[in-house]
Amino acid sequence: MTLIAELKNVTKAFDDKTVLEDINLKINQGEALAFLGPNGSGKTTLLKILAFIEKPTKGEVHFDGRRVANKNLEQMRLESTMVFQKTVLFSTSVYNNVAYGLRIRKTPKSKIDEEISKALKLVRLEGFEKRQAKKLSGGEQQRVALARALVLNTKLLLLDEPTANLDPKNASIAEEAIAAANRELKTTIVIATHNMFQAKNLPNRIALMDNGRISEAGTPAEIFGKLSKTLASFAAVENTFRGTAKMTKEGTTSIDIGNGVQLTATAPNTGEVSIFVSPEDIILSKNRLESSARNVLRGNVTEIQDLGPVVRLRIDVGKPFIVQITKSSFHDMRITLNSEVYLAFKASSVQII
Amino acid sequence: MNILDGLLKALQLIFSGDPRIAEITLRSLFVSGSATLIAALWGIPIAMFLGRSNFRGKFLVKTIFSSLIGIPTVALGFFLFMIFSRENGPLGFLGLLYTPTAIIIGEAVLVAPIVVSLATSAIEAVDPDVANLAKTLGASESQATFAVLREALDGIFLAGIASFNRAIGELGVAVFVGGFIAHVTELLTTGIKLEIDSNNIDVAMALAIILLVMVFGINLALNLVQRRKK
Repeated sequence: MTLIAELKNVTKAFDDKTVLEDINLKINQGEALAFLGPNGSGKTTLLKILAFIEKPTKGEVHFDGRRVANKNLEQMRLESTMVFQKTVLFSTSVYNNVAYGLRIRKTPKSKIDEEISKALKLVRLEGFEKRQAKKLSGGEQQRVALARALVLNTKLLLLDEPTANLDPKNASIAEEAIAAANRELKTTIVIATHNMFQAKNLPNRIALMDNGRISEAGTPAEIFGKLSKTLASFAAVENTFRGTAKMTKEGTTSIDIGNGVQLTATAPNTGEVSIFVSPEDIILSKNRLESSARNVLRGNVTEIQDLGPVVRLRIDVGKPFIVQITKSSFHDMRITLNSEVYLAFKASSVQII
Repeated sequence: MNILDGLLKALQLIFSGDPRIAEITLRSLFVSGSATLIAALWGIPIAMFLGRSNFRGKFLVKTIFSSLIGIPTVALGFFLFMIFSRENGPLGFLGLLYTPTAIIIGEAVLVAPIVVSLATSAIEAVDPDVANLAKTLGASESQATFAVLREALDGIFLAGIASFNRAIGELGVAVFVGGFIAHVTELLTTGIKLEIDSNNIDVAMALAIILLVMVFGINLALNLVQRRKK
């Protein structure tokens, strides 16, 4: 397999704080690689080094067969691009935003028009060319940012939590566009995520990150299959828990994840398991709902994080759960810190990993 | 002469296309426009530095620039006169005293703090990730800097208008380093002063009206352009 990028003993420190330590990694051409790890594990810094906007404190970076150095930095940047977690747009039209990188590459106008319309189609924003980018909804803005990166057709596409701030509809549009770029354009993709589900589905290789180190790398099946020690210690990864499973008479699986929290899952299993519940699958209510959801948990809101179109809540039900709801639901429900709420999710939403 | 008479005569002068008044008006525009441009040339790079870096004493530097906005033009004019003085001024050998160039330099010094202060605020308000964003899209260092400036354009534009207004309306610097030399250094402001001293109230009023209308008109035009862009 051809290498597109290689990191050799890369260490990065800001002042006294080491955020990356002795990273060794090979990225193959055409693969989709995910950095999976909790917030603060160094994923973003690693992406910035691969986008050539941060320089390692120690170690070497090789890209497309050449060692990255000051003198070829600007040239290298033309072949690697990055979409930030926080959407950053130029205060101009969607067209001008997406055209920016093409103009830097001196692409002829007719070609720019053609490429922009293709890229906007990929993120399902056809006909948005003349709109002011900053006046779009949060989800649409992040899709403009994605189109602006995709249009460049670079050898390497880096995505920092590309769907973390998106509602499910926008998230699936973005994921489809990313998958299409990897599949059809053979773009090498590196994605940073703390979403287990995304890491399981999108990439063909996962590098587990913790505390500035890559602790393990392998295919999703390998990583999730062997329930490695690191994965188990991944308490900081949202809604991932270790527990003991046993089968019930009804044929479902009951999982005790500790502190008196019992979950029901459909997938049969017994013994020690790791489970994951996607924050998007959890329904939040102020009163206990009569519904088909097998898992209903009562808890208190301990943290509120405003992510633009969506609000992320941490809810303590004995174990901390992360739930994501839209801003309008958040306001309608009048949620404040310490509000008592109920979480409900189906047994099929409990994924045994 | 009462005010009404003066006003009528002034309007007559303006609309008859009096060559002297036209000349003074154009010179004023040229001098203040050049001063604003020069101030922008040295002020924007300073603002770029102040807006995008963090260093000890940055607050102090910004405070100095913002207090210099209010510098009395008479005091600055006097200092510049001493500097350009042909007899013993340190820059006297350049022979600039009583030339339009001296006024341009003086006014550029006068308005630079406005450019620096307002443009610094505008640049500080730009999302700090814009430069990195531009680089990820392939921009070189200078292209990334330009992308930041473009995001701060509205504020920089405001800095330009405020500087131009201050330059075209000031008297102190123009009198001290430009004097009142007809056909050479006479400006709208110095012209008004000269004509009042010579008791030509109608001409003074004509010049004052032009000054006011011009300041208002230029601001209006620039603001309209700005609004259309949005």
